[in-house]
Amino acid sequence: MKKKQRLYFILFVLGCLGVAVGLSLYALRDNISFFYSPKEIAAYRSANDPRIAAGKTFRLGGLVKTGTVVKDGAVVRFTVTDGAADMDVEYHGIVPDLFREGQGVVAMGSLSDGGVFAADELLAKHDENYMPPEVARALQQAHEDGVKSMREYAAPVTGDAP
Amino acid sequence: MIAELGHFALTLALVLALVQSVVPLVGAQRGRGAWMQLGRQAAWSLMGLCTIALISLIHAYALSDFSVRNVAENSHTMKPLLYKITGTWGNHEGSMLLWVWMLALWGVLVAQAAKSLPAAFQSRVIAVQGMIAAGFLMFLLFTSNPFLRLDPAPAEGLGLNPVLQDLALAVHPPLLYMGYVGFSVAFCFAIAALLDKKIDRHWATVLRPWVLAAWAFLTGGIALGSVWAYYELGWGGFWFWDPVENAALMPWLAGTALLHSVAVLEKRDTLKNWTIFLAILTFSLSLLGTFLVRSGVLTSVHAFAVDPARGVFILVLLALATGGALFLYALRAPYIRGVKQFTPFSRETVLLLNNVFLFAAAATVFMGTLYPLFMSALQLGAVSVGTPYYMATLAPMLAPFALLMGAAPAVVWRAGNPRVTMRRLLLPALATLALCLFLILFAVPQKPFLWLSIFAGVWILTALLQDMARKTGGFKSFRYLPLSYYGMLVAHAGFALVIIGAAAATQMTTEKILVMQTDDRISVAGYDIRLDSQHTGTGWNYNVDRITFEVVPQDGARAFRMVPEKRWYPVASRMTSEAALHLAGMDILYIVLGDNEENNRSRWVVRIYHHPLIGLLFLGAGMIAFGGLLSLGTRRARKPAEGVV
Repeated sequence: MKKKQRLYFILFVLGCLGVAVGLSLYALRDNISFFYSPKEIAAYRSANDPRIAAGKTFRLGGLVKTGTVVKDGAVVRFTVTDGAADMDVEYHGIVPDLFREGQGVVAMGSLSDGGVFAADELLAKHDENYMPPEVARALQQAHEDGVKSMREYAAPVTGDAP
Repeated sequence: MIAELGHFALTLALVLALVQSVVPLVGAQRGRGAWMQLGRQAAWSLMGLCTIALISLIHAYALSDFSVRNVAENSHTMKPLLYKITGTWGNHEGSMLLWVWMLALWGVLVAQAAKSLPAAFQSRVIAVQGMIAAGFLMFLLFTSNPFLRLDPAPAEGLGLNPVLQDLALAVHPPLLYMGYVGFSVAFCFAIAALLDKKIDRHWATVLRPWVLAAWAFLTGGIALGSVWAYYELGWGGFWFWDPVENAALMPWLAGTALLHSVAVLEKRDTLKNWTIFLAILTFSLSLLGTFLVRSGVLTSVHAFAVDPARGVFILVLLALATGGALFLYALRAPYIRGVKQFTPFSRETVLLLNNVFLFAAAATVFMGTLYPLFMSALQLGAVSVGTPYYMATLAPMLAPFALLMGAAPAVVWRAGNPRVTMRRLLLPALATLALCLFLILFAVPQKPFLWLSIFAGVWILTALLQDMARKTGGFKSFRYLPLSYYGMLVAHAGFALVIIGAAAATQMTTEKILVMQTDDRISVAGYDIRLDSQHTGTGWNYNVDRITFEVVPQDGARAFRMVPEKRWYPVASRMTSEAALHLAGMDILYIVLGDNEENNRSRWVVRIYHHPLIGLLFLGAGMIAFGGLLSLGTRRARKPAEGVV
């Protein structure tokens, strides 16, 4: 009797865990959002990649390009850059206190039909010294690629370079 | 000089912690009284040394001694004294020192409390506590020493983050850490029991108040953090499923499960292995929480220490503690047997089910929190997991969980009678149905999650009320029930309020964003709001724009004023928004300022929220913590709990 009970109980627990894991995985499939840099978005766009199809939610990160912030009532428009590519963003709402030109920003939203990134949410930060890790990585990547391509282009003309 | 004293005290503390982790253990193994005695003395001395270190650092902060690097990086002479002092633990190094100090404090308390247990057991508990302390002291000294000097000393410090100058935020980390660290007691008890190969009801009786205290602190810490985020960050939200919030939620869920399984062990002498496993798990999740916050591996508003050495160090500590404990558990668990039989329909079964749900919830949060880490480790891309995931996974668990929660007090221990239980629960069930039908038909918007939450909350409340009526003979004799019973009532009712409040505040919220200037009007959720006047002034260390709104409730209640602020801190060159909140019943009207327009400074972007019933959420969270403290006052628990509250 006791063994049987224990068996039932273990089966029940395993069942519960199974359901929980199943639900989790199902929920994860639909409810995660990817992070892309402006450079990646530019590449996907030219390839018509479904990952950035209009209405598909993802996160965009980079630096707020200096001189691009335009406030129009409660709507803010600006450009996010990683040095390699730019992306225009439109946000309806109040920008975080730390939102500034030249600072790192992460925006959550999707591409509109017009090709502008419509942000639903701008991530605010505690601290001006803090850089979101993805943004740091994206900038680093863009910088390295930039340096590499410069070297490649520069190689044949080394003699003339100042 | 004082900083060197603190540094020296820490080094000495490390040596002592190493002694504390070995000598009493060997003494217990060989049965040597003097060696075992040493453990207690070591715990007291460790506590003394850590106190000296902490006071040294607080001293450096209070006097703005910028020759100490940590102070120079994180403090500033322009801060009010209170925030200079609380700034001691507002940074990585200082907060880890506080962590260690609290560990030493709990170590002393537990050394006192375990007195009613056999000497060998006591010594093992103290020794394990010593090991944890040694690990974290090494972490502190080798990777995050707060006492390093800076030469030459700068004239002014760098740390003047105005967002962090806040009372709730000053109290929030210590409370949270008291909770995290408090679960180390359960961990030590579990390891000592495994070493002893023995665990009984008395073990549970002694442990229970410790779990309760740690749990109540953790609850309070989480609640305060949530309140702070709500009024300070200006997003009108109270929970963002941020990895660091989850880092506190996971030990809370596991700790809640532990609390209930310890109760079963105490009453019925069963669920022994499970309780030990939960004790190990809860503290491991606390360590994981510390790792997540302190290593900066996750994208989070909280992550500020991005030093890989630290992350690796804590990860090693986590692996050693969890891995070692689970290894010991695997070796010794077969020796630990429950004596009593489990009957299918009984309080213990209901509590076991509660444990299953809480465990599943913790596992779900764990997956969501660490999934981005796995993805990036496997080079599958940078992802984030947000609210939709947690709603999809946790919401379905809520209904059965709440059902059990309401029913539990009506089911007796050992052998419950289904028919009697049904009869007891009939009235609350009918009342819930009637009330909810009314709400659905007449009062509440048609949203499934909202309905579910209201159902769950109302069911728990009515079932509790019925149970109380039955046990007090129709609300006549309150004195004969133990305080722990009332603690349970308060905490469970608090949980019901949290569900209702959270659902109403997120599902029935009204939000308006618009540009306003003086004498502009807007109606939001039954309030006529007019921008009355604008003032500019100066505060302690900031300039401020104060915008006064006059609010007239449409139901004829008295008009009132709300004054949100936009502050500019010139030294830190930082802007902050201070939201204005108005509590009406349990609803909150919330006004926060955005920027003013560049070409017309008197036109402001204004965001207005109305959060119905959100007061219930905060009240409920407070009640959960208070319920835990109330249970501590029970006579059975009173003796070992001395000095905790």
